[in-house]
Parts: sequence; structure tokens; C-alpha cells
Amino acid sequence: MIEVSDLTVRFGGVTPLDAMSVKFEQGTCGLIGPNGAGKTTFFNVLSGFVKPASGQVTAFGEDLLKMAHFRRARWGVRRTFQTEQAIEELSVYDNVALAHEHSKAPSSSRREDVLGAISFVGLEADPQAQVGTLGARDRRLVEVARAVVGKPRVVLLDEPAAGLPDEETAHLGDVIKRIPEHSDAIVILVDHDMSLVSSCCSVTAVLDFGRLIASGQTADVLRDENVVRAYLGTQALDE
Amino acid sequence: MAATGVGGAGRSSLSPGRLQPRAMVRPAVIVGLLALVLFAIPALVSLYYVDAGTQVAIYAIVALGLNVLVGRVGLVSLGQAAVLAMGAWVAARLLFATSLPFEVVLLISGLITMVLGGLVGLPALRMSGMYLALITLMLAGAITVALATINFPNGGHGFSGYNGSLLHLPAIRRPGIAQSDTAFYRYSVVFAALAFVLVLAHVRSRPGRAWAAIRQSESAALAAGINTTMYKMWAFALASFVTGVAGALLAGADQFLYSINFQTQDSITILAVVLMGGIFSVWGAIVAALLMQLLPALLNSWGVSSDWLLILFGVGVLQVLTTAPAGLVDQVPRDIRRLGRALRRLGGGGRAPATVDTSASSGDASATPDAAREDSEAATVAAPDSERAGGSS
Repeated sequence: MIEVSDLTVRFGGVTPLDAMSVKFEQGTCGLIGPNGAGKTTFFNVLSGFVKPASGQVTAFGEDLLKMAHFRRARWGVRRTFQTEQAIEELSVYDNVALAHEHSKAPSSSRREDVLGAISFVGLEADPQAQVGTLGARDRRLVEVARAVVGKPRVVLLDEPAAGLPDEETAHLGDVIKRIPEHSDAIVILVDHDMSLVSSCCSVTAVLDFGRLIASGQTADVLRDENVVRAYLGTQALDE
Repeated sequence: MAATGVGGAGRSSLSPGRLQPRAMVRPAVIVGLLALVLFAIPALVSLYYVDAGTQVAIYAIVALGLNVLVGRVGLVSLGQAAVLAMGAWVAARLLFATSLPFEVVLLISGLITMVLGGLVGLPALRMSGMYLALITLMLAGAITVALATINFPNGGHGFSGYNGSLLHLPAIRRPGIAQSDTAFYRYSVVFAALAFVLVLAHVRSRPGRAWAAIRQSESAALAAGINTTMYKMWAFALASFVTGVAGALLAGADQFLYSINFQTQDSITILAVVLMGGIFSVWGAIVAALLMQLLPALLNSWGVSSDWLLILFGVGVLQVLTTAPAGLVDQVPRDIRRLGRALRRLGGGGRAPATVDTSASSGDASATPDAAREDSEAATVAAPDSERAGGSS
């Protein structure tokens, strides 16, 4: 379980996260909200890239905020990025092995684990192929494989479907749904594709201007008045 | 591409089935070339060029160190000439003050320089790009001034071992097995080869993968659990170690060291030739050393001032940054292949599309170094693909 209490982040006069309190119990959880709501900032706090002004984050009983950023990944906080960050000059295998060799997973099972993660995400490319030669979908899958290899405890997916066509999003959704059973991790999915979120996540939390405005069963949350207003309100502003 | 280096693009893919024997061909070619360099060259050329060859071997090690920093990790250091000077200084001191075997002196010089160079690299943990370049340049300047002030050890007594009289200076000793210039040339080539083995072992294993991740995206590296601070330090330590060994070899090669031989501006020249040679393959370091040491030797023997080289290198860097970000080590073989294809096409072959694709992907010009790097990756990536397409059609 991930327990977030009173998490506040300030950048100068901006408060991207404002006293956010939420629990992610298990399985795949959604985190949605209009642009600028603080979703990525929240991920960056969990990964250790951003230091919160106040608040606490405990995951499986550990105080995450006390760990150095790279140690969190070793402990089990994995993530993908909004702009995909598969390492272009390395092979598919090396990209995934990278996370494994810097985790606590035993090196004796590395080959098996890495190839297992590659097939888990349904990547058909040659494991020795250089990632720079792959298409957008396959690079995404490499990044997801890197996030699930070994023994992750928390997997943060930041708009994994951004820029993918529908049928590839569907495949990605199947993969995301199976992550908790594959590795016992809690998955937090941030995405703007509501059909992806509702098909993957039984529970969802909603952020707006850094505040948690709703959380609960995904279907209920998507019908919530505040949520609808937050999305429509932003749209109205945009136009 | 990192690991496969130069040959990566060319070797790939006319037929994938031939990969296995080719994997053995490569080391065989390297061993053959090494034997050629060790035995054929000293037999064929005059002592003047053998001495130039020694310098090429030594500066190939220096370029290799910078190649790791710039090409593998993305850290631009303008302090390599100072690191080289430190290595030479430590080695000269050890060679005068002790009777340790030369090989042991090489190792100790490497290790001490590794510590000193690691200090130069400390700012790298907080800075990057222009700021890091500037800081390392300043540090290099400071070190050069310090070494000039306390004087290079030239065989006298005391800590700095300075002998004020300009006559009767004792020469820095050479290893027993490499007293002559030709023998010392071979000795340097062997140690340069060992330095390449050491660096390749790094690049192709765990640190190489971590460096590749850091170079592309520090946050992605952190998110994969990589201790980026430690791996950057490691890169500086490795680069300083090999540069320290090169300094020790230089002490043995020149036998008389003066602080005037280590100018701060040499660091800039080293960076320029390393960029020209190619930073995405460690073999670019050899091209860099040829540019920096063999070209001046050639020009001098033709009676042309080697100062012209500064202009040439300026133009060369511009050329590389705009049209061939992966350097001459990538560009020359590619151009030769393209020429070969063009000739074959003239002879009636049917592989025109592949040629067109390759030239289109590599011809993109780009002014900024960062964009250039991405271009280079795109270019090296695109080349094998288009060749594969050509090969199968």
C-alpha cells in the first residue's frame, strides 16, 4: 500500500501539489486530472526528482522520502516517462537489463528475468536490436519492460499511451492490467485516455490544481460532478 | 551502436546469416593490424616517423580517455592536457626517485593521476555542458601554472627534483626492454592497446550501459536505479587513469620534460581532434591521435609550419559538427562504401534506392552539437536499415 498524506510541493509561487492525501491499496490505480493538475509532479516526488515542501509518503511501510532517488528505483519504485526514455543506443535486452542489474534481483536469474519481461510486454522485436531502430510502440514497450523487470513494488506509468494509435493502446492496456499479477506491484497509471484508464483501473484518484478532488471506484469517479466540472472547466478555459 | 562501434553500420547486414564468422573476423583484423603496426611500420619508415608513431600511440590513449568522457557519458572536459601533465610529472618523479620497474611506475602514475583527475572531475557531479568545460579549463590552467612554477622534475634533488643547470640534465630512464626509440615505440603501442582493451571492457559491460543511459537522460538513468554520481566519477577516474599512464609513457618517450610542453590550449586541441575523430566509437581516438601527432610530423617534414593545423582543426570541427557528427571514423568508411555503391551502380547494379536513402539520412546538416548528436544516431541507425532494404531487394 502507498499512503500519501498532506503532500505539498511548491515551486516559487506555484503550488503544483497542495496537501494531497490519498491511498493506493493494490492493483492498478488511475490518477487523472487536467493538464497541470500535478500528476507528473506527484510521480517526480515518488521518484525523488522533486523534494516536497511538506508531507509524507510511505510505501509498504517504508518512508520513501528518506531514500535517495536512485535507491528508490533499487528498492522498487519504477517508472516510465511522459516522453518515452528508452536508451536509443542500447539494445532492447540491455535496456531492460539496465534496471535489473541495478536492482536487488539476483544476477543469476538476469537473463531469464529480462527475456521474461520482454515477452511479458509482448515485444516481438529481436532482443539484440538497437532501440533507436524501433518504432514508437516498441520503444514504449521497452520502457514498460524496464519498469516491470525484476521485483518492482511500485510502477508509475506517465501517459504511456500518449501518441499511440488505438489498437496499440489496447495492447498496452492489456499489458498494464497484467502487471500486478506479474510482479505484485502497485501500478499507478496517469493518462488522458479515459477508456484506457477505466479499462485498466478499478480505482482512480483525480487531481485538479494540485488538490485531490475525488477518489474511489473508477466508474463513480468519472461520473463525479467535481471531476466533470474540472475537465469541462479546463476545456472552457482553453477555448 | 555504442558497443559495436565503427563497424556497426557497415558490418551489419548484407546478410544476417554471416554474422557469426564476421564476429571472429573482427578480432582477427584487429590483431593483424596491431602486428602490422608493431613490426611492419618500424621496418618501413624512418626513425623520425617511428618517434611520431610513439606520440600517436600515447595521444591515442589521451584521446581515448576524453572519448569516454565526451562520447560515452556526455561530459566535456577541457582539462585533459593538465591531467596528462600530472601523469608525466608523477612518473618522472617516480622514475628519478625510485628504481621501480617502468611498468609499476606506469601503474602507480595511472592510479595517482586517477585520484588527482577525479578531483578535477568533482565539478562534473554538479555541472554539465559549457560550465563543466569552463571549470575544467580553469582547473587545467591552474594546474599548468602550478607545474610551471614548481618546475618539472628533471633529475635534480628535492621534491620537485629540479636541476637548475640546463647542461648535463639526466634523461628520464626507459624500461630495460625498450631502450631504443623503436623498442619504446612498440612498448607504447602495446600499452595503448591495453588501454583500449580496458576501456572497451568498460564500455561493453555494466558501466558502459549506465553511461549510455546517463548520456541520453539522467532522469531515466536514475529511474533505472543507476547511481549517476558514482558512474560519472567512474568515467572521470577511468579517463584520468589511462591519461596518467599516457603521461608516464610520454615521460619515457621524451626523456626530458618541460612544463612548456603542456600548454592549457592543448586541451582544446585534444577536444577538437577527438570530436573530429569521432566520439561515438572508441576507435575515433586513434584517428584523433593521428590528426594531432602524425599530421604535424608530416607537415614539419614537408617544411610547412604545423601552426596551420589550428586552422585546419577549426575547419575540421565545423565540418564534423555539421555533416558527420559521428566523426571521420564513421564518415570515411561510409563515404567509401557510398562511392563503391555508386561505382557498382555505374557498372549496372540494381541497388540505387539504398544509396539514395543512405545519403539522404546522413546528409542532414545540423548546427548545434546536441542536435548533431541526435542526428548522428539517426544517421547511424538509418544506414544499416537502408542497406538491409537494399540487400534483400
